[in-house]
Amino acid sequence: MELTGAQIVLECLREQQVDTIFGYPGGTILDVYDALVDYPDLHHYLTAHEQGASHAADGYARSTGKVGVCFATSGPGSTNLTTGIATAYLDSSPVVFVTCNVGEHLMGKDAFQEVDITGITMPITKWNYLVTDVTQLASVMREAFAVARTGRPGPVLVDIAKNVTGATCDYEPLPVSEHFSQGRLAKVMARASHNFAEPEVDNDDVDCLVEMIKGANKPMLVCGGGVVRSRAQEEFERFATLVDAPVAITLMGAGGFRGRNPLTTGMIGMHGSQASNMGVDNCDLLIVVGCRFSDRIALNPETFASQASIVQIDIDRSEINKNVIVDHHIIGDAKDVLAKLNDRLEPQSHEEWKEFVFSYPVETEYEKSSETLTPKQISDTIARICPQDTIVSTDVGQHQIWVAQHFHYDYPGQLITSGGFGTMGFGLGAAIGSKVGNPDKCVVHITGDGSFRMNCNELATESYYELPIITVVYNNSVLGMVRQWQNLIYKKRFSQTTLDRAPDFVKLADAYGLSGRRVTTVAELEQALKEALECGHGYVIDCAIQEDEMVRPMVPNGQDITNFLAV
Amino acid sequence: MNDTNIKRRSLSVLVDNEAGVLSQVSRLFSRKGYNIESLAVGTTDDAEVSRITIEVVATDQRIELVCNQLRKLLPVHSVKLLDEDESIRRELVLIKVSTPTTEICNRVIQVANIFRAATIDVSATTITLALIGEESKTNAIVDLVSEFGILELVRTGMVAIERGTKTIYDQTKERGEFDYGKNVL
Repeated sequence: MELTGAQIVLECLREQQVDTIFGYPGGTILDVYDALVDYPDLHHYLTAHEQGASHAADGYARSTGKVGVCFATSGPGSTNLTTGIATAYLDSSPVVFVTCNVGEHLMGKDAFQEVDITGITMPITKWNYLVTDVTQLASVMREAFAVARTGRPGPVLVDIAKNVTGATCDYEPLPVSEHFSQGRLAKVMARASHNFAEPEVDNDDVDCLVEMIKGANKPMLVCGGGVVRSRAQEEFERFATLVDAPVAITLMGAGGFRGRNPLTTGMIGMHGSQASNMGVDNCDLLIVVGCRFSDRIALNPETFASQASIVQIDIDRSEINKNVIVDHHIIGDAKDVLAKLNDRLEPQSHEEWKEFVFSYPVETEYEKSSETLTPKQISDTIARICPQDTIVSTDVGQHQIWVAQHFHYDYPGQLITSGGFGTMGFGLGAAIGSKVGNPDKCVVHITGDGSFRMNCNELATESYYELPIITVVYNNSVLGMVRQWQNLIYKKRFSQTTLDRAPDFVKLADAYGLSGRRVTTVAELEQALKEALECGHGYVIDCAIQEDEMVRPMVPNGQDITNFLAV
Repeated sequence: MNDTNIKRRSLSVLVDNEAGVLSQVSRLFSRKGYNIESLAVGTTDDAEVSRITIEVVATDQRIELVCNQLRKLLPVHSVKLLDEDESIRRELVLIKVSTPTTEICNRVIQVANIFRAATIDVSATTITLALIGEESKTNAIVDLVSEFGILELVRTGMVAIERGTKTIYDQTKERGEFDYGKNVL
């Protein structure tokens, strides 16, 4: 059938079973938005700002495991996406961004709202496309989805010239299973160099690791974001039980291993627990699944796990030996590799070693006060009042680490947080995406007063679409994490980190048609949470915390992992 | 990281002949802090496929990482780190030399003959030579004619190909080059 480019874009979304789009219209993407009127099955969520839409699509993808979709117009519309694209890229989240650009006859002439968005997003997308030929559009859209979701997932951007959205060509719907036999994907498949199927796990590599495990006396495991993306929680839990090893969890790995499992030592790295970091430093075999040893984990790559043989399991071969030189690696999807390992492993026992690791604290204690709440009190209260499967979306800073340390995550996609890129302002958009993707689950957005101020305009989106998201602001009236560094490393010279300024978050919630309340005690927080759960719309809880409360433990940048500055 | 093995490396990269691919490939090098010493691009026997030859100075470890990251790029068909001893490298150099007198002109032509450089253009006061070879040969002629005054010099960048039956194409690859058969996106 003869369709316009705009219609083909939407038909291609249907092919992928997409029913949710986050976005913001504008001049060049008008044709697509016009066509959208005739596609009532594609639910479009209009955000307050393109950045909010990008984070919402990302949060949707992370929490559902499906590919997120985000629309924006040319120029500022597309550049407003860039922070969201980079956020998705650094955390390997599958999102397809569709932007439209000026017509081909205007390209390169600095036309109104023209920008080279494919050039700009080259380093932050898995791949991107500029479509100037309507007959290629369907093929490109199909490839974009395949690239976004395959292997190590990631964001893909499709930029379409405006004239293409208005031009017509023949289009036939094609089920996803047949995409690989036609057009661009067929060409890629014909080459020997790339594969859209999961890599077959090498048996010799698996056997080698099995032998290493048998020979180890002090094994330690690290659960990374790859376990979450691969939804390999069951395989990982069985693996940990068989190896009988303590499990440290990275920020991105939260939910990949049940936080309540007695084998877990909690977070690892800069704000890792003493048990995790001491375990890594003393183990003789370190098995890391789906983790790139970032500078927040292997703070000093030279001394990281210096007594251990290090084994890296990752789907992305370019991650092997990138940050830390490893002794052995297995390439593959975490789920497949762990299943193969589990088949070949005899149960091991390491009581003495576990006793050593767990002799160090797994959680941090705080001094209580009558005027403010401690980070642990807030997490514990949320965990007590809200359903156990509550999705937690965070911004970036102290609150992010606290809620990662003290909240126990049960399944992949339960913690939605910007780990790699550290995007303040990520949380509310991501919470909106998570709630849209998981309407039956309670979604709590944890933020700080600094992060919340960045993108709180998305309260309008939350309000309009009646999304009952609970926002909990850890309010210390300072930019807490930066202040913490100033406190510990910059001789208490608090340069530009005091946030004693508007708005009043309770009044702000009211202005957006939501409820809000300021709380200073556990009892008040409990009551506010109960109200929030019952009210059926968005609710902002402004929690008072101490301005000099710190994230502990802390290991400074680049130091040995056991060089705790504060415990 | 092992930094003891710094040397000049030649990489052959097969890519889709499409806009933007070259900038994606070269971006990976600049991001890692490598200055590209030499770059040559052209189509292959298949008009849809281009071959890029890149030379950089790098360690074993780092070049392997760059290769792996290049292989992840969708339009990259194949990346091969060429073995110095097993490959032939050549570049074309064009040199325009100032020849104010007939005597100088004759001396330049003598040097050119010894190096089997072609004289491709002559004017009343200049002569332009073309020479194909490796750095040792091209640098030697450049040194010799520089005393007459080089007006302009242009290099194509190195191109390289393996000796014998080996090719960059998949069917002649060894397992080690593609750890697990194919790249996974």
